[in-house]
Amino acid sequence: MAPAIPTDRDLRLDLFRGIALWLIYLDHIPSNIVAWITIRNYGFSDATEIFIFISGFTAAFVYGRAMTDYGFIVASARIEKRAWQIYVAHIFLFVIYMGQIAYVARGFQNPLYAEEMNILEFLQQPDVTLVQALLLKFKPVNMDVLPLYIVLMALFPPALWLLLRNATVALALSVALYALTWEFGWNLPAYPSGTWFFNPFAWQLLFVFGAWCALGGAEKLHGLIHSRVTLGVAIAYLVFAFFITMTWYFPRLAPLVPKELADHIYPIDKTNLDVMRFAHFLALATITVYFVPRDWPPLKSAWFKPAILCGQHSLEIFCLGVFLAFAAHFVKVEISPGIPMQIAVSVFGILIMVGVAWLLTWYKEATARRTAKRAADQTTALAGGEE
Amino acid sequence: MKRAMFGLLAVLLAASPVSAQTDPVPAPPAPEADPCEVPAYILFGEAKLDHVKKAVDEHKKLNILVLGSGSSILPGTDGANKSYPGRLEQLLQKRFPAVEIKVAAVAKPRLTAADMNESLEKVLLDRKPDLVVWQTGTVDAMRGIDPESFRTSLDEGVDQILESGADVILMNMQYSPRTETMISLSNYSDIMRVVARDRGVPLFDRREIMRHWNDSGNFDLNLATKDVTTAFKVHDCLGQALSSLVIDAAHLNGMKPRPTQ
Repeated sequence: MAPAIPTDRDLRLDLFRGIALWLIYLDHIPSNIVAWITIRNYGFSDATEIFIFISGFTAAFVYGRAMTDYGFIVASARIEKRAWQIYVAHIFLFVIYMGQIAYVARGFQNPLYAEEMNILEFLQQPDVTLVQALLLKFKPVNMDVLPLYIVLMALFPPALWLLLRNATVALALSVALYALTWEFGWNLPAYPSGTWFFNPFAWQLLFVFGAWCALGGAEKLHGLIHSRVTLGVAIAYLVFAFFITMTWYFPRLAPLVPKELADHIYPIDKTNLDVMRFAHFLALATITVYFVPRDWPPLKSAWFKPAILCGQHSLEIFCLGVFLAFAAHFVKVEISPGIPMQIAVSVFGILIMVGVAWLLTWYKEATARRTAKRAADQTTALAGGEE
Repeated sequence: MKRAMFGLLAVLLAASPVSAQTDPVPAPPAPEADPCEVPAYILFGEAKLDHVKKAVDEHKKLNILVLGSGSSILPGTDGANKSYPGRLEQLLQKRFPAVEIKVAAVAKPRLTAADMNESLEKVLLDRKPDLVVWQTGTVDAMRGIDPESFRTSLDEGVDQILESGADVILMNMQYSPRTETMISLSNYSDIMRVVARDRGVPLFDRREIMRHWNDSGNFDLNLATKDVTTAFKVHDCLGQALSSLVIDAAHLNGMKPRPTQ
């Protein structure tokens, strides 16, 4: 039996995905003082976890309904279409990146950085570089999340099929794949060497867990999440993570971490979604769900509207954010690298993201109203919205 | 990093231009200010250089080997003298005239940590250093070497040097604002920090030190130039900072307190 999928959209997902997109943007601007407000500085996990979890949740929410209504083939086709869109977006960003690099390469020389400038060698063999980028093996700085998302989406149909039939088995298989990945060191190869920065075999756990929560798992966890014991454990873990993180910035605190503990937890592996990171995300999510109920009134307030709008157009806003981060770095290098400029590019970037999200919403609603006038019956069936 | 946090707090709380008291980054440095100045929070660590102390105190000899890649070299006929290994030798010699000090640089562009590891055994036998300054990380980050392999190379290399009886200082990457969106360094510098901590050896945080010099206006590291003058000055400062780390971590006699403390 297919589990009942809730029909209305949970605004909390849009809100937190929107905030995650802002944080990813801030973190992507190199040497940006405003990035000190982002969560990665105060614990183990960062905005990537939020983004992947919510993407899994919404993908199951939208395509799960499509799969129960139209069957496996049609829903799979829609999922693959989405994966293709993300792929095209990634390649588009790659072209922008190449443009920026080529510009910088032309004007820059400094004997101090002779070694670093070797990075531009890939411009001399565009054939190899472009093919490797198309194969998703060559991934420049800050362009690792979309390839992960592409792989997760492209392989989502069978996972969704199983989730709809037996969610527990699907989640168990996902955990098993994660465990085997840690055991055997599986990962996809990268160019020119090494492996993917975000290992899809490990990060699928978060995506599938998000999907599992969307398809009734969250209901099952309701009692657990809303117990005071769980809340206490979550808060304790966040405090612990905060303390450990502080020892990275204030080396004088480092000796306070016992060597045995340090041996046990370090290194905290982002590539393979370290258990410490996953647990940190769970703790954050637990506290959020505990204090922010689905019908929390401020969710409808104007204050949260900008983040919600961004979260509702996640792919476009994510890509825009990557582009804006390149642009921000460019402005810092060419005009001024100082703190006022760092604050300015951070604020303007987010304002641009909000503005574009607002335009996209306006356009979508305007066209939807037209369509609704013409064919009142058909739209309700097909308007899946963005996952 | 701490400086950045204070700076941010100051900006957020005061909502006004950062006051001189809370912001340790004055806009243009006063003419008499030392451009090589390094805040105490960057030169850190409990790690000691016991072997260096013994070599200096007992044998009146100190043989230092700089093992590195392209960023330990400067071009030109004067490059060897003006690069930080050369400056380190001159500064230490001046400071300890009675000690015979030798700094040899074995550095070639494009070497990864694993590449340097391969020749390590032979280099240690040939040179018999008391201290190895191991500068690495940049090339590994540029090539996207698997972080696990990078860590293994560091672990093995550091162990091999320690087993030979010498002390080790790990030196991480340069701060290079132009290439920040092209080379992702953080993961690799984190690994170097973990290894230094794990093996109890000092880490010379070249990246944070140079970032500080850039952000406080001592040097404009964005500058596009063919001229080698700035590079010479930066390496002079790196040599000074490195020599104070050596003196400090080895508890060498007659040590003056750090200028910033």
